[in-house]
Amino acid sequence: MHTTLHHNQQEINNQLKIFIDEIKKRERSDSHLITILHKAQELNGYLSKEIMDLVAEEMQIPTSVIWGVATFYHYFKLSPIGKYNISVCMGTACYVKGASEVLETIKETLEIEIGETTEDMMFSLQEARCIGACGLAPVAMINDKIYGELNPKKIVDIINKLKEEALEEEKIVQ
Amino acid sequence: MEKQMFTDRFASVFGTESFFKKQKRIALKNCGLIDPENINDYIYADGYKALGTVLTKMTPKDVVETVKASGLRGRGGAGFPTGRKWELTAQQESDEKFVVCNADEGDPGAFMDRSVVEGDPHTVIEGMAIGGYAIGSSKGVVYIRAEYPLAIKRLIKAIDDARKENFLGKNILGSNFSFDIEIRYGAGAFVCGEETALIRSIEGLRGMPKSRPPFPAAKGLFGKPTLVNNVETWANISSIIVNGVDWFSSIGIDKSKGTKVFALAGKIVNTGLAEVPMGMTLREIIYDVGGGIPNGKKFKAVQTGGPSGGCLTDKMLDTKIDYESLMQAGSIMGSGGMIVIDEDSCMVNIAKFFLQFTQDESCGKCIPCREGTKRMLEILTRITDGEGKPGDIEKLEELGNVIKKASLCGLGQSAPNPVLSTIKNFREEYEEHVYQKKCRAVVCEKLITYTINDKCIGCSACRRACPVVAIKGAPKEAHSIQQELCIKCGKCFRSCKFHAIDKTSEAKEQK
Repeated sequence: MHTTLHHNQQEINNQLKIFIDEIKKRERSDSHLITILHKAQELNGYLSKEIMDLVAEEMQIPTSVIWGVATFYHYFKLSPIGKYNISVCMGTACYVKGASEVLETIKETLEIEIGETTEDMMFSLQEARCIGACGLAPVAMINDKIYGELNPKKIVDIINKLKEEALEEEKIVQ
Repeated sequence: MEKQMFTDRFASVFGTESFFKKQKRIALKNCGLIDPENINDYIYADGYKALGTVLTKMTPKDVVETVKASGLRGRGGAGFPTGRKWELTAQQESDEKFVVCNADEGDPGAFMDRSVVEGDPHTVIEGMAIGGYAIGSSKGVVYIRAEYPLAIKRLIKAIDDARKENFLGKNILGSNFSFDIEIRYGAGAFVCGEETALIRSIEGLRGMPKSRPPFPAAKGLFGKPTLVNNVETWANISSIIVNGVDWFSSIGIDKSKGTKVFALAGKIVNTGLAEVPMGMTLREIIYDVGGGIPNGKKFKAVQTGGPSGGCLTDKMLDTKIDYESLMQAGSIMGSGGMIVIDEDSCMVNIAKFFLQFTQDESCGKCIPCREGTKRMLEILTRITDGEGKPGDIEKLEELGNVIKKASLCGLGQSAPNPVLSTIKNFREEYEEHVYQKKCRAVVCEKLITYTINDKCIGCSACRRACPVVAIKGAPKEAHSIQQELCIKCGKCFRSCKFHAIDKTSEAKEQK
């Protein structure tokens, strides 16, 4: 298990290096730092200290600068996230239509707070800025999928369904 | 003939209901009608005709004059005259200039920029190319939110297709003009909607605003003259060129020409985007276009302009929608978010919600915004927690006015607006919270009393949910809540399947 993980990390690092090499050929390549961090997060799931060190090394930009940029923007995650990343939209339209009740329900069901991940690494919970689906308010985004017109009951059903799906997948793997 | 076909198709797709009848679509003219991933669809709908006209029949100066004469103003919020911005950038002498499209739509509750980029990406590209020609720039940048994956995908395809057809690239359509566009991603920072912060973010830095002047028109991206306009502004350009200044300035009113797209959301029957001529009243847009308030509830307020705007009451429903009138009424046009609020929402809580947002999004550079919003939020939290003190409302007003005057950028200068406008229009609600510990909308948790009514069948769900064992009652018998133990967490209310728990908030005796 450990070796495969190590191997994956190596693979991620290599892919990131190739990406950065391409960027470095462009004009004013330093200005592409945010693009690179997006790629790093896409490959690695989150921005670990090691990944940021790697970007610093490759781009010849101080780690402190990279850390500064990574912490400035909400989109960048500095700790690992679960298999299902739940972002509850707390935009105005969702808020007036009961997003906080949905959020509370998720907190109670999963027993985690905002920004945390369940112990089994299954679910992470985030508050999202407006995701621009205000007509379907209140909405949540789970990974790339948008779930609209939510209420406490509906979100619990969705969570339970995802849990079942994950169990099924595990069975197939085994 | 083609036009007629288009109108017919519009009607067949959208119907002729009142939601569409009162709309006038310029920025959204193609959205939902053409296949956004097919450049031929766009070309068929008069696409790139404006670019062709500009390159063959107009000098850059003509283009600037046309945009100036149209009366178009920035649709991103502040309403700066677009033509003036173009002129200022065109006048600069420089080896390199940039054209930037601001697609970092950060206002919660607004999604017109996403819809334009997703539904009609070529109109943005065409607008930017025309802008590039007018100011003498060959490089365009679209700064778009990473949260909009579909918009990004379609924009990338549209740029590729435009290059293939030579609407972008070297010597466009055989002219001497070359122009290309690259995409840069935002990463979820509201302040990056401010143009100087946006420029720093494109440069790969923390998105913190700079003091102006120098304006981006003189010294912007990489220190070069830069023209920054919002998606919706760019989406107006080609129509102005094709249909002419007279046509455009005949729409709208006096100082606000053309149309504005609003994102109707909240407690309204027809949610969605509505593009209406400037000068329509709030009442028309909420009741005629939006279909009014659902579930027989009473209209309480409409919030425009997002976290930088204000809440307007039913007394102001006849306010015209244009930059000046909204400002006079105590709100702003903003990017076009329009959230309708009914009697179930607490205005103090809404104000707190917006302030939480701006406080969190404050970049921390200047003290009035960084510290001031924090103090305001503390006071508001205190008020909604039932611990408000006499003098708190006045302190909020005083702090708010200082932050407005002393902050560096638009975020701070407008952050107190939701609080100040709700104090102005709903002062009695604030006073109830502070002096009577009452929330008339029964929203502020700490001011709510939970009681069990006679619908209780004794299922014990609430008793098990209560974290402080404040609920007593034998199974299958009516339960009751011991008020002195209750911490008002609301778990019992959410656990009850029989509507047997009432939430009330009554004026409390002052100790």
